[in-house]
Amino acid sequence: MKRMKKIFITALMTTALVGLAAQDADQILETVDKNMSSKNRIFESDMVIQGRRNSRTITSVSYSVGDKQSFTEYISPAREQGTKMLKLEDKLWIYSPSTDRIIQISGHMLRQSVMGSDLSYEDMMDDRKMTEVYSATVAGHEEIDGRDTYVLDLTAKVDDVAYHSQKIWVDTERYVPLKQEMFAKSGQLLKRTTLSNVQKIQGRWFPMNMVYKDMLKDGKGTEFRVNSAKFDQDIPDYIFTKAALKQ
Amino acid sequence: MIRFLIKGILRDRSRSLLPVIVVALGVFLTVFMSGFFKGVMTDMIDMNAKFSSGHVKVVTRAYAENADQAPIDLAILGVSDLKNQLQSAYPDMEWVERIRTGGLLDVPDENGETRGQGPAVGTAIDLLSPESGEVKRMGIQNSIVKGRLPEKPGEALISDDFAEKFSVAVGDEVTLFGSTMNGSMMFHTFVVSGTLRFGNSLIDRGAIFMDLQDAQIALDMEDAASEILGYYKHQPYDDIAAQSLTESFNARYSVESDEFSPLMTRLAEDAGMADYLAIAENMVGLMIFIFVIAMSIVLWNTGLLGALRRYSEFGVRLALGEEKKHIYRTTIYEAILIGIIGSFVGTLLGVALSYRLQTHGWDFSELTGNIGMMMPSVFRAQVTPSMFYIGFIPGVIATVLGNALAGFAIYKRKTARLFHELEV
Repeated sequence: MKRMKKIFITALMTTALVGLAAQDADQILETVDKNMSSKNRIFESDMVIQGRRNSRTITSVSYSVGDKQSFTEYISPAREQGTKMLKLEDKLWIYSPSTDRIIQISGHMLRQSVMGSDLSYEDMMDDRKMTEVYSATVAGHEEIDGRDTYVLDLTAKVDDVAYHSQKIWVDTERYVPLKQEMFAKSGQLLKRTTLSNVQKIQGRWFPMNMVYKDMLKDGKGTEFRVNSAKFDQDIPDYIFTKAALKQ
Repeated sequence: MIRFLIKGILRDRSRSLLPVIVVALGVFLTVFMSGFFKGVMTDMIDMNAKFSSGHVKVVTRAYAENADQAPIDLAILGVSDLKNQLQSAYPDMEWVERIRTGGLLDVPDENGETRGQGPAVGTAIDLLSPESGEVKRMGIQNSIVKGRLPEKPGEALISDDFAEKFSVAVGDEVTLFGSTMNGSMMFHTFVVSGTLRFGNSLIDRGAIFMDLQDAQIALDMEDAASEILGYYKHQPYDDIAAQSLTESFNARYSVESDEFSPLMTRLAEDAGMADYLAIAENMVGLMIFIFVIAMSIVLWNTGLLGALRRYSEFGVRLALGEEKKHIYRTTIYEAILIGIIGSFVGTLLGVALSYRLQTHGWDFSELTGNIGMMMPSVFRAQVTPSMFYIGFIPGVIATVLGNALAGFAIYKRKTARLFHELEV
């Protein structure tokens, strides 16, 4: 009888601990979402693409509202100047000033690299909150660049997701990811992102430097530098229309 | 004695007709199949050489590693200089530049927005220079279904299947969307001058053929090309000559530590081509081997039947004092003559049918339309000098072997038994 009691208490405690761990992981992810997501945002950024022969820097301005609407205009170099991208829900259009054409990107093309970078159109389109897409568990603690991090294992809870699972290292103090690894359903590592230069902007912590590495490609990866980030701004609705592409 | 044996074969048809028919049929199949396979394999290799691999191909070492992805960012720079060097160092070959690229072919509506689109495989060749032999080499003129060849920059040919699917007419515009050599977004609008169909799904699926200079402008590839292909001007592909050519070029120009130095490969090194060449080389030998084994068994049985039928004849000849060894030898001589007659008839029929298929071809487009291999849709046989003698090897060997096995019955024949049989 005494033995049965012991087993029962142990089981109860284990269940409670697992529940607490899951709750902790979800809470961590929710705090990360509060830092990384916003009602809307305006970024001015440089994307440094390291090719095998040379490297290029592409400057752009992007406007996003939640995870449904996004508009990007490329400023430089001259070859890209005036190229615009519009995302509405799950649709993506690109405007090319040289041909004055609006082309819709769909199907397997969404998995192609954007301008030779390590980012795909799909990566750029998926801006959903992590808590909406993944369920998390805490796998442990690790130190990255002298900062303590939670290591979270994320598994997709929805079907329409580019990566079936992720492993993220979240700064325990600022609740910002410092490293992310994205995996296919088979378990193959597809991409690795390292995030740095974390700054406090409008009361939230945000990484201003991100290096994306497509693990299936040779090369040194793509650096994404946010030069200016503004959150919760007044963005006119007309920006998120196809008419704005040709303006 | 030969004349005596020939008379015997001609007069006693029941002794020779069946073996001659069997040998002629087998030799006919061997000769025809060897001509057929040789023709199909040669066409397949030729098609690959014309469309994809050349007799030799020069690419950068980095491009060669990822050739299946057609990575234009790893293309050859300073291609004119390299081509000039190739032309002066190897004047017996014709050198041509090509660009291969992938992307999306987009059909606009009246507002310039996407009406339809599909994946595209772009091939850029010298379409506009009058001295270019590329149009003839790739058989583009004969593959045009609607319209005409491009006559000025900005015109392109697209796959007829794609044009049908998205209702694209000659004169309409299509936009090729992809990446430039530097990774920038590439948008280039072409006017469709015509549609084409090669009868091969690998080439026909979303194909767009454009002029090399148009592609160089669209893809930021000034003085650059994906590959330089070399073709022998006055002879067909010769693997030994190609091997010595690639070795001499690579020793002179290719540097292992420089991933952008040029590397020359030969047709046989192209994906899967080594296997095709080996099959083409060994097919005839393999067929002769199979034929000798199969026909020997058939002719052994025919010989056994003949020996049974000639049981009494052998008995009488033995009774008249002829030696068993002599009877056996004459049977073998007979077999050689039957083998020669059968092989002659079979070779004649095999060569005749092969010649007909060489000139008229056999249209298999309905069956090969959806396969992923680069192979011709019209199968043609090829009449080669070897076809005039290869049939005689299995024809004679199989007949002799069959009769030699069946002839052992002669040694078991007993004269004493003959008289007993004759009494009965």
